[in-house]
Amino acid sequence: MTERVTPEAAAAAAQAGPVPTGAAIPPGAGPALQPTIFELSRPGRGGGKVAHPPKDALDRIPAGMRRTAPPALPELDEPTVARHYVNLSHLNYSIETGFYPLGSCTMKYNPKVDEWAARLNGFAALHPFAPDENAQGTLQLLWELERALAEISGMEAVTLQPAAGAQGELTGILMVRAYHRARGDTDRTEVLVPDTAHGTNPATASMAGFTTVSIPSAPDGGVDLEAFRAALGPRTAAIMITNPSTYGLFERRIADLIEMVHVAGALAYMDGANLNAIMGRFRPGDAGFDVMHFNVHKTFSTPHGGGGPGAGPVGVRGALAPYLPVPRVLREPDGTFRLERAGERPRSVGRVRSFVGNVGVLVRAYAYILAHGGRGLAEVSEDAVLAANYLRKRVGESFEIPFDRVCMHEFVASAAGLKRETGIRTLDVAKRLIDHGFHPPTIYFPLTIEEGMLIEPTETESVETLDAFADALAAIAREARETPDLVRSAPRTAPVRRLDEAAAARQPNLRWRPAAGAETPCPD
Amino acid sequence: MVPTDLRYTKEHEWVRVQDGVATVGITDHAAEQLGDIVFVELPGAGSSVSAGKTFGVVESVKAVSDLFAPVSGEVAEANAELDGKPELVNSDPYGTGWMIKVVVADVAELDRLLDAAAYEALVAAE
Repeated sequence: MTERVTPEAAAAAAQAGPVPTGAAIPPGAGPALQPTIFELSRPGRGGGKVAHPPKDALDRIPAGMRRTAPPALPELDEPTVARHYVNLSHLNYSIETGFYPLGSCTMKYNPKVDEWAARLNGFAALHPFAPDENAQGTLQLLWELERALAEISGMEAVTLQPAAGAQGELTGILMVRAYHRARGDTDRTEVLVPDTAHGTNPATASMAGFTTVSIPSAPDGGVDLEAFRAALGPRTAAIMITNPSTYGLFERRIADLIEMVHVAGALAYMDGANLNAIMGRFRPGDAGFDVMHFNVHKTFSTPHGGGGPGAGPVGVRGALAPYLPVPRVLREPDGTFRLERAGERPRSVGRVRSFVGNVGVLVRAYAYILAHGGRGLAEVSEDAVLAANYLRKRVGESFEIPFDRVCMHEFVASAAGLKRETGIRTLDVAKRLIDHGFHPPTIYFPLTIEEGMLIEPTETESVETLDAFADALAAIAREARETPDLVRSAPRTAPVRRLDEAAAARQPNLRWRPAAGAETPCPD
Repeated sequence: MVPTDLRYTKEHEWVRVQDGVATVGITDHAAEQLGDIVFVELPGAGSSVSAGKTFGVVESVKAVSDLFAPVSGEVAEANAELDGKPELVNSDPYGTGWMIKVVVADVAELDRLLDAAAYEALVAAE
């Protein structure tokens, strides 16, 4: 019998000194929690001399615009500031510290060369108001990236402007609305959305003024064709479908669905969030989709998470091109590039973001696409699908797999059986994975799966990493049966222990305030 | 076990009718599936609801879900206590966790609701 090193033992061994157990550590906190920068502040301390403005400088500011009390800034020396942020960064978990199988988020490793490209001075230091003749390189890059995305997707025209996938969706559906309106087809007030869709899909339809009609899934995980047929009609403006779906399954009836949509006079929108599964194999434009968005930060290598940064370009078929946001990047006959001028394309849905989009993210996408080439991108998707299927089989040794057929880049597992047997829920399993050194997968999504976990390994992980993750899940299933309290009380090795998510949502406390009587420059 | 004196919907709402007023909430099963509830959005008194249509929203740490009206009628009262204590829906779904009271417009609608046995069978089949 071999002795397995528990996460607790490993963490204890790694701990330099005795774990402080003083009352200063708030409930729920682990030993490594850092004080805030305000708590580190000491009156009068500073990190260098800042030149004072001329004595009469204040007189030049209107009295009503001047603040009456000094700003509540923390006072620290530079080494303390540097250590504070470096220590905080050590608490962070990222794709560069370990495996991050957060389903639906495509947390792949982002090549450093793409960071280098985005930081080139010609891109990074370009002023957004620079005249076109001074921005030729950037404009050319954007123009070529539009072409590359069009080729990858089979779409005819692309806008790079939207700042994220959800804004790309809204832009796409606004174009759908404009298309129907331009034809006088104003009775189309409904958007059909399968129940496996990303939550942003119904939100998008609502924001654009449509009513959402939810379509149930068939037992095989695809769209229920009969329910779909029943919902489709003269009021349907569009269907929004994610393919592969959030079950990680390719929609086998996609050709039938799109044909029915078109026969009904509606348009087909594809949520391209799962593009990482299909590059080089399936082009949505060829399948008949009219609009789609790309989450370029996911597929094309911008470090993302926690809300940004992103970009959500949208591709359209020719009939929708007149409605693309302004300004588009145009190439003149002499080979120079320029932005569209105001009023040049009157049917446009207008501007959806300032300037031309999140250019830094777009430069990374361009660099990633060119570094891989067409064959390389196909290989990315092949490897992402291979990794997901390997992991699906391995995870299936210890958890249920609700749709046990070949998956795309991600798959759903379920702890429903474990919960019935031991009372240990998916949430507990996810927290325990932290102790085992892994970022948990997406949990309780898609909503239709009981005790679901959506696991997306991506193409950048080795077989050793995939095995280690599957072994950790198997170990947790064992722990759930033998030492359930260990799982229920996880995480035990993280900077903070189990957080009270319900209290956090019911009484959000978003701002640090000093303890009463504490000496602090922050008087409120 | 679900209370036998109530009527139920397929969407996991319960109804208790007294003197033509229907008190509406969500079942223990629904609350359990949703997890810790953090926010409940209800219609104000005087607004009208229609059977089978959404009348509000319940948000948990896991998900945001629509609430479906079991019967049509005018809202007489919404449970104001849920504003500050949405957790009542988890702790006492059939009691203090009630959501709205509706003046029933058409008592025949009540016949279309599930009885306790039928609702239990529905939950068991899920």
